[in-house]
Amino acid sequence: MTLRVKDLKVYYQTLRGDVHALDGVNFELADGEIMGLAGESGCGKSTLGKSLIRLDSRMRHVDGTIELDGENVPIADDRGMNRFRYHEISLIPQYAMSALNPTRKIGRMINELLQSRGVKPSEVAEELKRRLELVGLDPDVLNRFPIELSGGMKQRVVMVMATLLNPSVLIADEATSALDVSTQRSVVESMVEFRDRGFVKSMIFVTHDISLVYQMADTVMVMYAGRIAEKAPASTIINSPQHPYTKMLIGALPEVGSTVETRLEGIPGTPPGLLKPPTGCRFKARCPIASEECSQVPPLVEIEPGHWAACWKTGR
Amino acid sequence: MWRYMGRKLGIYAITFVIAVTINWMIPRFMPGDPVRSMLNRASVSDPEALERMTNYYNEVFGLETPLHQQYFSFWSGLFRGELGISSMQYPEPVLDIILRAVPYTLGLLLPAIILSWILGNHFGAFAARSKGLDNSLLPFSYILTATPYMWLALLMAWAVGVVGGFLPTSGGYSLALMPAFSWEFILSALTHWVLPFLSLFIVALGGWAIGMRNMIIYELEADYSNYLQALGAPRRLIRRYAFRNAMLPQITGLAVQLGTVIAGALLTEIVFNYPGLGSLILRALNNNDYFVLQGTFLFVIIGVLIANFIIDIIYVLVDPRTRVQMTGGAS
Repeated sequence: MTLRVKDLKVYYQTLRGDVHALDGVNFELADGEIMGLAGESGCGKSTLGKSLIRLDSRMRHVDGTIELDGENVPIADDRGMNRFRYHEISLIPQYAMSALNPTRKIGRMINELLQSRGVKPSEVAEELKRRLELVGLDPDVLNRFPIELSGGMKQRVVMVMATLLNPSVLIADEATSALDVSTQRSVVESMVEFRDRGFVKSMIFVTHDISLVYQMADTVMVMYAGRIAEKAPASTIINSPQHPYTKMLIGALPEVGSTVETRLEGIPGTPPGLLKPPTGCRFKARCPIASEECSQVPPLVEIEPGHWAACWKTGR
Repeated sequence: MWRYMGRKLGIYAITFVIAVTINWMIPRFMPGDPVRSMLNRASVSDPEALERMTNYYNEVFGLETPLHQQYFSFWSGLFRGELGISSMQYPEPVLDIILRAVPYTLGLLLPAIILSWILGNHFGAFAARSKGLDNSLLPFSYILTATPYMWLALLMAWAVGVVGGFLPTSGGYSLALMPAFSWEFILSALTHWVLPFLSLFIVALGGWAIGMRNMIIYELEADYSNYLQALGAPRRLIRRYAFRNAMLPQITGLAVQLGTVIAGALLTEIVFNYPGLGSLILRALNNNDYFVLQGTFLFVIIGVLIANFIIDIIYVLVDPRTRVQMTGGAS
């Protein structure tokens, strides 16, 4: 078992009170698993990704534990986390285009980063070049400045840089959102290849693009309003989702090549505000099958092996 | 690279021509007649003698020719290094008068600008380090930068010079000495230099510190800083990057500042009666001395242009982004 998250609660502190961005998140990530993390904007998926590596100054760890390879990850302790960062847990950020220092040559910046993390650059220099070639980049990019690279190239440089120390978990936060479709595809394929070659043990791929997740991920976890709605193998999520929210989310996807002239259904209503989240099931206000029991919080239960859902109507 | 430099040089050449033209125009369209004021001082009462002297001086200064001819002879004189003859210190050449004043102004300005820039940048970067430092140093810097140069100069002259009596407050060296390369003279020049230098230095320091502090905070919030922190890079490395990147706008700021600081130096020199270009400008103005005025402004223009050109070159060397844009790399 690579990663085990138990009852994780992370709140944002604001002047008007705490925003419950993650309110009791439970899941496990197996060795070699690529997990897509999907949901609407503001559902807490990016917060979850950030919480695993570095809380920013507004985020507060309220409750819950994270275990990585049997070891406790002290996410509230910024200094204590340094041991895990980059070596064990790494990140491809949402802003990969601007993640490199604009006034340093890429190779020099990577070397300086490695040195500061106690790794001799010469020890990984060969591997670095090999991996750049693997993602289709000329190792000469190391002698260039970030401004000389296209968006897709920067994305791949960041990907190689983030995984250079073979981390256990790689968090890719909207890593492909700013790319065009064909570049997206090649980046996604490289990510799968990195996993297959063991450069990263497992991966959490945060995205709002479910069809992209379906192409690469082994499992998909759907979040809603700071909680997990459903987690299952990718094909199950697409073909037979159980949670009413997942069903509606999948129903809102267009199908390429579809000739049937049906209007795509959106999900009526908006997600609840997380400053004062509603009691009980958070989806009940938009749920077509909500009933009285939904005023109680539904637990996340395994309705079949490898398939968890948090809804009173499933698994019965 | 060379094309970029050539284009820059062309722009500077055009700026130079326009600036020199304006420089030539201003004193000529200013009210007052220099020959008249010179003759007034001589208090000649005989109208015939006055007439003859006026004609003589007009010829010496070339003021009887039409304006366009004066303009062209000004340019041709410029290339021969002739700036004319001073009317207030007749018959001394303007160039000699100016060259005597230039070392004082440069000796005052260059250390004040460069030291305040270097120290201010480090001071600002240091202040951005922690909340406590920031809260205590920043208001102090705001007060400094809002202080007018000459007001601080007056205050210091009064407190240190008049009341305290530690340092002389007037002149560039002791009046008992003649300018010479001797220890006695150098020491005297140094003690006279301290107060005007400090008054310029302290005011500029606050401005640079504030600018740097803001830039550093901006850089520390930038994406690459965040990413490095997420990968566990030590603060030292992130600070080093932030400092370097924050320096770039400060270099541009230095170029801009160089032009405006001349005005500050003018008032400071007047307060301390310092024998630099500033005092010279004032004296030339009071005496309607076209030629000295033109000459000093010319030196100021050349100084600002050279300084800006040097900074352009430095900027290209330190910021890879400008270099890449010049060589036309892919974006």
